[in-house]
Amino acid sequence: MLHIKSVTCIKQDRCLFADLNFSLNNGQIMQLAGPNGAGKTSLLRIVAGFSAPDEGAILYQELPISKYYEEYARELLFIGHKTGVNTQLSAVENVSHWLQINGYSEPELYPILAKLGLVGLEDVPVRMLSAGQQRRVALVRLWLSDAKLWVLDEPFTALDKSGVAFLQQRFTEHLQSGGAILLTTHQDLTTHFSNLQTVTLEYRH
Amino acid sequence: MTRQHSYWLLFSAVFTKDVKLAFRQRAEIVNPILFFLIVISLFPLAIGPEPGLLARMAPGIIWVAALLSTMLGLDKLFRDDFNDGSLEQLIASSYPLSLTVLAKVAAHWVVTGLPLVLMTPLFALLLNLESSALTATVLTLLLGTPLLSFIGAIGAGLTVGLQKGGILMSLLVLPLYIPVLIFATSAIDTSTMSLDYSGQLAILGAMLLIAIISAPIAISSALKVSVS
Repeated sequence: MLHIKSVTCIKQDRCLFADLNFSLNNGQIMQLAGPNGAGKTSLLRIVAGFSAPDEGAILYQELPISKYYEEYARELLFIGHKTGVNTQLSAVENVSHWLQINGYSEPELYPILAKLGLVGLEDVPVRMLSAGQQRRVALVRLWLSDAKLWVLDEPFTALDKSGVAFLQQRFTEHLQSGGAILLTTHQDLTTHFSNLQTVTLEYRH
Repeated sequence: MTRQHSYWLLFSAVFTKDVKLAFRQRAEIVNPILFFLIVISLFPLAIGPEPGLLARMAPGIIWVAALLSTMLGLDKLFRDDFNDGSLEQLIASSYPLSLTVLAKVAAHWVVTGLPLVLMTPLFALLLNLESSALTATVLTLLLGTPLLSFIGAIGAGLTVGLQKGGILMSLLVLPLYIPVLIFATSAIDTSTMSLDYSGQLAILGAMLLIAIISAPIAISSALKVSVS
């Protein structure tokens, strides 16, 4: 469903990657690997449509995302390095704001917060929570979204072991229901995914 | 999960979040008003308490103070959202960014501009402003301060990605503020001569309408450039 067609990205006169091609189908998970500075985050931001590639195009369902961005945005869930969680607001306020700006009606949030170990902390401003708990507040979206394509930049950062396992369990569910995941992580995935692909970006000078 | 497409829900969600945050960090609301009050109360001390002179200068003082105090909060308008990644989430939502931006500018005005409009009758006393000029002052501020918020938001959107964008933003925005200042003070001057000032108000109103329609598009393009 997602095609990366000969994408080139140049930043500060350094070519991060050139003529990159790959595609991601329903039920597939793809891990971007490579050293720091290789351009993993830049690639994710291009896939999410925040920056345009210097050459090439991203196609979603055969349509270029630059032209059909609003339709694409409906199908996309992006959680970046900066998670989009406001630290002044509480966990519940953050989650319900996210639901509203994406047009979701508000479901019962407590079961999901309980699953992620955030019950009892839902009214506390997020800045009082630990880094891992703040990450969990951002990851609540994975349980609420109906987006087909997940683009996740280092989703395991600051999560504890049980959190990592729990997140991967959610990945499996998403893949089984026909979704696709594109992620970067330096950790190896501990769960075995049968259709895991890896794209390695080399550091280019 | 059901999903509905309602522009009103998006507008109110973004608007209430920004207003709620402003009330949590009260300095954001108090700062511009305090700045406004300080400037206005310092002027009589500095130029002498002669009522005629003060009344003559009052419109200009009020407007310049309003203009500068609106700029105080502008730098923060998109800064937090940019830093914590909320801006990316807003871009990646399926709604048009220009509507989101409209809600944010509206919230900015309610928090920084509207209190100035409401406090002006009080501050006018300090400057011995005539009652006929007071109506004109309040009306020009009512039309002018949202305009300042819209114009300023374009500058804020362009400079949000820069580390110290505040000064650059002032340089970008101030020249665009000057027409607003000229027409607003001209309306107040005309009113002190008991003449009809509806022409100047109409121009301010027209500028505001143009800003409501076109500024959100400019701001959202500026934000997309800053985020990329």
